[in-house]
Amino acid sequence: MTIEKTRNDGDFLVKVSGRLDTTTAPELERELEDGLQGVTKLTIDFSDLEYISSAGLRVLLRAQRMMNNQGEMIVRGVNDIVKEIFEVTGFTDILTIE
Amino acid sequence: MRNCADAYTTLTVQAEVSNLPDVLEFVDTELESVGCDMKTQMMIEIAAEELYTNIAKYAYEPGTGEAVIRIRHLEDPKAVEITFEDSGIPYDPLAKEDPDVTMPAEEREIGGLGIFMVKKSMDEVTYEFSGGHNIVRILKLL
Repeated sequence: MTIEKTRNDGDFLVKVSGRLDTTTAPELERELEDGLQGVTKLTIDFSDLEYISSAGLRVLLRAQRMMNNQGEMIVRGVNDIVKEIFEVTGFTDILTIE
Repeated sequence: MRNCADAYTTLTVQAEVSNLPDVLEFVDTELESVGCDMKTQMMIEIAAEELYTNIAKYAYEPGTGEAVIRIRHLEDPKAVEITFEDSGIPYDPLAKEDPDVTMPAEEREIGGLGIFMVKKSMDEVTYEFSGGHNIVRILKLL
């Protein structure tokens, strides 16, 4: 997994590529915990995400909860397979997917 | 009727989360030899990750022990069967109540999603405690 971050005032773009699984999810969680202060719009770019397990979903849920209190969160570039996982788990109702 | 099945291929590892990449590589290699589409492969990988991680985190707590993963390919209907076995505390992961996936983010439980995903994405999921072993078996039609 690689994480690319772009911060522009209250806008925070996080591009996550590769595999978001039990071994890599803690790293994304740390990046988001450390980076969300003062963020009003969080965009997570999954256009190069290949895999997500429940460990990744938990990080998204925590981020969504934080952003519900301080602004908005958008998930973009979701491929069909990842989208199906969001549908099965009801995450399509929690997340704003572009 | 399943009238043709390969022998199991087996991987035995120390049940630690850090060994997850080895487990997934083992599963992937087998799936590639069978030949299945990307979506099916990812669903099986996710199931394998959840079941193995459960063993690594909880089966031998606070100690450690082995996890045994067996995989085989079935014909008629074409399917992949994987079993996850440990010799830890008897525990049926399927007995846990499914999370309510219609709840808003604030009320969602953080846990329980993994096993739910396994149940939803596999065609069969069974648990048995036999000879001192927890055995979870998944079957996915190809």
